Amino acid sequence: MSSARDTLLARVKAALAPLPERAPLPDWERELVVMREARGAVDAWTLFSARLAGVNGTPLTSVAELIALLTKSDWRRGYCDPALWAELRPAFDAAGGFTVETTFDRARVDDYQFGITAAVGAIAETGTVVLSDAATSSRLAALAPWTHIAVLRRAQIHLDLPAAIAALPKDPNVVWCTGPSKTADVEGILIEGVHGPGIQVALLLG
Amino acid sequence: MALQQIDQFAAKLRPDTRAAVYDGSKKGHEKRTAVLFDHYPDPDHLRRLAGNIKQHVVENLDTLLPAAAAALERNGVKVHWASTAEEANAAVLAIMQARGAKKMVKAKTMVSEETHLADYLGKNGVECVETDLGEFIIQIDGDHPSHIVKPIIHKNRREIATSFEKHGLGAYNDDPQTITRRARAHLRRKYLEADVGLTGANFVTADTGRLVLVTNEGNSRFCLAATKCHIAMVGIEKLLPRETDLGLYLNLLARSGTGQQLTVYTEFISGPRSPAQPDGPEEMHVIFVDNGRTEALASECREILRCIRCGACLNVCPVYRQASGHAYRSVYPGPVGAVLSPLLAGERFPELADLPKASSLCGACNEVCPVNIPIPDLLLRLRARGKEAGAKNAAAGTPPMGAWSLLATQPFAWRTSLTAGHTLNYVPKSLIPVPPMQTWLRDRTLPAWRGGAFRKWMKDRAKK
Repeated sequence: MSSARDTLLARVKAALAPLPERAPLPDWERELVVMREARGAVDAWTLFSARLAGVNGTPLTSVAELIALLTKSDWRRGYCDPALWAELRPAFDAAGGFTVETTFDRARVDDYQFGITAAVGAIAETGTVVLSDAATSSRLAALAPWTHIAVLRRAQIHLDLPAAIAALPKDPNVVWCTGPSKTADVEGILIEGVHGPGIQVALLLG
Repeated sequence: MALQQIDQFAAKLRPDTRAAVYDGSKKGHEKRTAVLFDHYPDPDHLRRLAGNIKQHVVENLDTLLPAAAAALERNGVKVHWASTAEEANAAVLAIMQARGAKKMVKAKTMVSEETHLADYLGKNGVECVETDLGEFIIQIDGDHPSHIVKPIIHKNRREIATSFEKHGLGAYNDDPQTITRRARAHLRRKYLEADVGLTGANFVTADTGRLVLVTNEGNSRFCLAATKCHIAMVGIEKLLPRETDLGLYLNLLARSGTGQQLTVYTEFISGPRSPAQPDGPEEMHVIFVDNGRTEALASECREILRCIRCGACLNVCPVYRQASGHAYRSVYPGPVGAVLSPLLAGERFPELADLPKASSLCGACNEVCPVNIPIPDLLLRLRARGKEAGAKNAAAGTPPMGAWSLLATQPFAWRTSLTAGHTLNYVPKSLIPVPPMQTWLRDRTLPAWRGGAFRKWMKDRAKK
């Protein structure tokens, strides 16, 4: 394998050898790519929820709102991260009629109508929730059910995208989700819920 | 006069295909422009900056590639190297065989189109399922993508519904929502059955060893949630020097490609899953692929390696809009393809030497390029190369210049013909019996002949 490496790198070196000088690496200010809306004094959650709504996502601020949403669509079966279930369970029990599991069985991916997992952050200017291996109890539970609910804390919200890049956790699988899964492959017509969730909820708790 | 191959293709294009390609690309371009200029005061500055950073990458691959490989290895990734398409495909198969794996789900990657990976794996007993909706439809149809970002821009819903019916994906129904739901149900079984998930990479950070993948459908995320092994095929030019540079490129890529602020799923992958995570790959491989890139790097057109595959130059190109992607007879269509495809073809350069001529050099591709590639300049350099190589198809559509060169090299003959040309002013232009001239005159008018006027002016001026 090392000879394949040497062969390829030798070709790269040979190709670059005739260059009299190499292009320098410019520095740049991250302010350059911050959108107008995210400049100055703005409330992170207000901007985040406006942006999330703009990509057809659903911002919620209480468990009661979540239960109302699930009840309205009659989504009764789902998954919840065991670490969050203690906090959410009383409201689900009080409402009644829900079956919530705290382990995700990949043999029955279509049995779960919703999946509740913890976010590790959010980006206000884009309406993005940030997931990671460390925070997400099951990658499949955050993806396969029709509705994904990411639980978010106010202090986790970054105002802009460069700030979220600077804060990328040391984690093998960081995923930014910006609204529901979508495609426009067929005649440019927008369809939501292709392989992942058709409903993307961000639930602000604390 | 013989038409160029791309014109011949365009002339035979079905009207509904032409309309679909024209509308789809025009809409893409309009969205891109609106979003970029609405969100930023000076998007052109961002394009130039992104171009300069990528040019640094291209010209420093000899140090950045080993740095990226070392960072990936520190993160627990196994790194492989492939100089050719055959080596890249063989590396994928070897990883599959070592695991005893027979099934693969695959996200969209242009480099795997270059190597014809799916066909190769199929011949070697591996089921390889495309999971991007457009690519899945291409695969069941035995077709080829015609756009870098919108692979089925050339198809309409009726064709898709017909092929779904033919392949057992339900009775004919051409509602896009129904088509999408059926693909969802079919493909999620494939994800869960597969042993290996294969992706490309939009960027690889050389300092931290993260692969960055962007999708809207979430298919690559599903590949990495359901399978036990992740293989990424990555062109050697995909590097970024610093993780912080992602802030610039992610903002430009989504806006330039689809007119979105940000793609729905942006994944930062730096190794196998965490020990506590129940889902996802236990092992991860990255295959760095050359396949002609070092030849492009050694050429006078190395700027093309800045390309981040957004498709903006396709959307804006008047030739692409009329001819469609298949007219380019290669993996990469449009202006970027007219440069990249002949360069990547290596020995087969003369076969594609006509592509750089498929342009009016209007410069729109350069103006929209998020990494500011001077595509018209590169097209001119490749035209010169085609001429030097004596490529026959590159000469199609060029009027014979023999008579002109005879006159232009003999001063007496030149002066005489300049004066004699005045007789043309007394002949109706439509009667001039030169076919290329007649084609040209169909849409234009010739000014009156003024041959010799400049020479006379020079002479008079010298006298003073």
